[in-house]
Amino acid sequence: MKRFNAAAIGAALTCSVSVPTLASAEDLTLCWAAWDPANALVELSKEFEAQSGHTMNFEFIPWPNFADRMLNELNSGGKLCDLLIGDSQWIGGGAENGHYVKLNDFFDAEGISMDDFAPATVYAYSTWPKGTPNYYALPAMGDANGWFYRADWFADPDIQAAYKEATGQDLREPQSQKELLQIAQFFQGREIDGKTVYGASIFTERGSEGITMGVTSALYPWGFKYENTPGSYDMDGAVNSPEAVEALEFYKEFYETATPPGYTNSYMGESLDAFKSGQVAMAMNWFAFFPGLYADPATGGDKIDFFVNPPQNQAGSTLGGQGISVVAYSDKQDAALEYIKWFANPDVQAKWWELGGYSAHNSVLNDPGFVDSAPFAGDFLEAMGAVQDFWQEPAYAELLLAMQKRIHDYVVADQGTAQEALDKLIEDWTETFEDEGKL
Amino acid sequence: MTDTIANRAAKATPQRVARQIKGLSDRAIAWIFVAPTIFLLLAINIFPLIWTIQLSFTNYRANRLTREPEFIGLRNYERILTDSDIWLNMQATAHFLFWTITLQVLIGFALAWLIHRNFRGSNFWTTVIVLPMMLSPAVVGNFWKFLYQPQIGLFNYIVTFFTGGDPSRFEMLGSVQLAPWSIVIVDTWMWTPFVMLICLAGLRSIPDYIYEAAEIDRASKLRQFFTITVPMVLPFLMLAVLFRGIENFKMFDLVVQLTGGGPGSTTELTSINLKREAFEKWRTGYASAYAIILFVTVFGLASIYVKALNKVKER
Repeated sequence: MKRFNAAAIGAALTCSVSVPTLASAEDLTLCWAAWDPANALVELSKEFEAQSGHTMNFEFIPWPNFADRMLNELNSGGKLCDLLIGDSQWIGGGAENGHYVKLNDFFDAEGISMDDFAPATVYAYSTWPKGTPNYYALPAMGDANGWFYRADWFADPDIQAAYKEATGQDLREPQSQKELLQIAQFFQGREIDGKTVYGASIFTERGSEGITMGVTSALYPWGFKYENTPGSYDMDGAVNSPEAVEALEFYKEFYETATPPGYTNSYMGESLDAFKSGQVAMAMNWFAFFPGLYADPATGGDKIDFFVNPPQNQAGSTLGGQGISVVAYSDKQDAALEYIKWFANPDVQAKWWELGGYSAHNSVLNDPGFVDSAPFAGDFLEAMGAVQDFWQEPAYAELLLAMQKRIHDYVVADQGTAQEALDKLIEDWTETFEDEGKL
Repeated sequence: MTDTIANRAAKATPQRVARQIKGLSDRAIAWIFVAPTIFLLLAINIFPLIWTIQLSFTNYRANRLTREPEFIGLRNYERILTDSDIWLNMQATAHFLFWTITLQVLIGFALAWLIHRNFRGSNFWTTVIVLPMMLSPAVVGNFWKFLYQPQIGLFNYIVTFFTGGDPSRFEMLGSVQLAPWSIVIVDTWMWTPFVMLICLAGLRSIPDYIYEAAEIDRASKLRQFFTITVPMVLPFLMLAVLFRGIENFKMFDLVVQLTGGGPGSTTELTSINLKREAFEKWRTGYASAYAIILFVTVFGLASIYVKALNKVKER
């Protein structure tokens, strides 16, 4: 009996020690897009689970449905996600509609400084109104649209000679948008290893955001601006400037003369498929995919190399990437904030980069070894120095769909002129901003 | 007194319950039984319809719960009816409707006519023919996307096998001229069996003695076809057209999988456009007005059509 009592007391003591931990342990759900970096985050989060006692669940949605699914979830006040790595363009809606928890007080209390993160990522992923010190997300995944190419084809002496003969120039990583097109046109329809190959795979997708992300990779280097004066919604002369018209005509020419047949509705997946199947010499895609591409046994390693989106009138890359936010409808906000605190830790950020995630933390980016840590690391840094993002307004979805329609109508469906497409786009956007009460 | 079902039911009713419903008229009891169904109908169909009509006069957005909707009168209706892009969507829908129904009726009737001959193996071929309509539209959309692929797709290969040239010289889904036809082909492939089955039911409902009487009167096969077969199958055929018309007016999944509404907006049918307005742009008031316009159109056309169908049946 004595022995029993001792055992019971021991058990009770054990329980009294462990119960607080169990009571505070939560099942957290993190929502994000289903892609390579998401797998890296699952791996990384195991450390958080071990440290905190919380359990991490993940809801990864394929990219074409990601915005639809997640914005519906937020708009309906859903409790599916405690943490959301949402697209940069959602920040305005997330903040103004009360979907995201404002993080300023939390950052102050925990000593998390936004100065520790790359300024472009803080501006794009965290702040609303833009550039103000009102933070609704922690920069989680830096990203931009870049390029990769068949390094083995570029290094082939016969191909180099043929290019020299055709253009009078050396075959190299393109230094301008026009050189990019020239190289793509050179490869278009060429026989390599007994197979017909094509110039490049570019984004032309109609349904979600594809063609907008692709065409802005041409518009930004030409100097495209959304407004004449930031915050004025004064778009006439900026959106349809002669430079913008020229850039749009350039993208259409690229689509018509240097892409594989049938790529009329292609985005990330199609771009990767075209490259991995050896159909194209070059392809555009987000830096997030580059670690996976480099590791690919068939077309990675020595056969691949990377370059930043080439400049034209100026340097410019389309911003991708996301910040991590706490969903305001979550019942587990404390545990979710714990995750953010853990994720902001420089050591965790270093491991994040190691696993294939793109850290935006200065301790990682400014590390002397960073540029040489991966073949695309230097390009990533360069791209992040000249990124530009789409509207981040609460009405971003409406603005985006209008651009998808106008650009696809012109580039793929060959309807009207570039000038008309951009003029109509201004009409659509003006109507949206009028409805929003901003004009 | 005979032991009718009503009497047996009355005897089986427990006394307590019998006392409770004693004094209620037959009409009241009928209402008690019908009320749940009416309530469900009101809750699921009528209330949303009335609410949609109300929303169509506002600038309500379902993603801005904090913003009070404003009454804007007929502004949404005016915007929709004067929007040239929406009229292009209507044209695309009309093209899709007209050609799918025409082809499905012609091919479906022809197949039903053949199957009705009762040749050897006709049951097997019936099963084979109806297979496409048993598949999910999303699956059909996906695999036809591969079939239409200009470099590796079977469709281009077969076409160029007969016509010569490079298979990748034309793009069914990427060309403004061909994309509307590509969705017509797929829908026809998938739903012709449905029309065929209805026509087959019509053909099998014609008594043999009518044909025998026509034979005795020395009516030619062609005359038998136009004076017996066609008039007697016509009500079935019209029913098939009604079903396919309503279904294709709402067409969404198949076309989204195939073209996503592209290239440009060439195959953006009204249902796709409506979904974008309602659940991607979140212009709830505007989308409600759009839905009401489509509802009135379908309801009006269907009512006229049903009247015509009834007249044909009466003949």
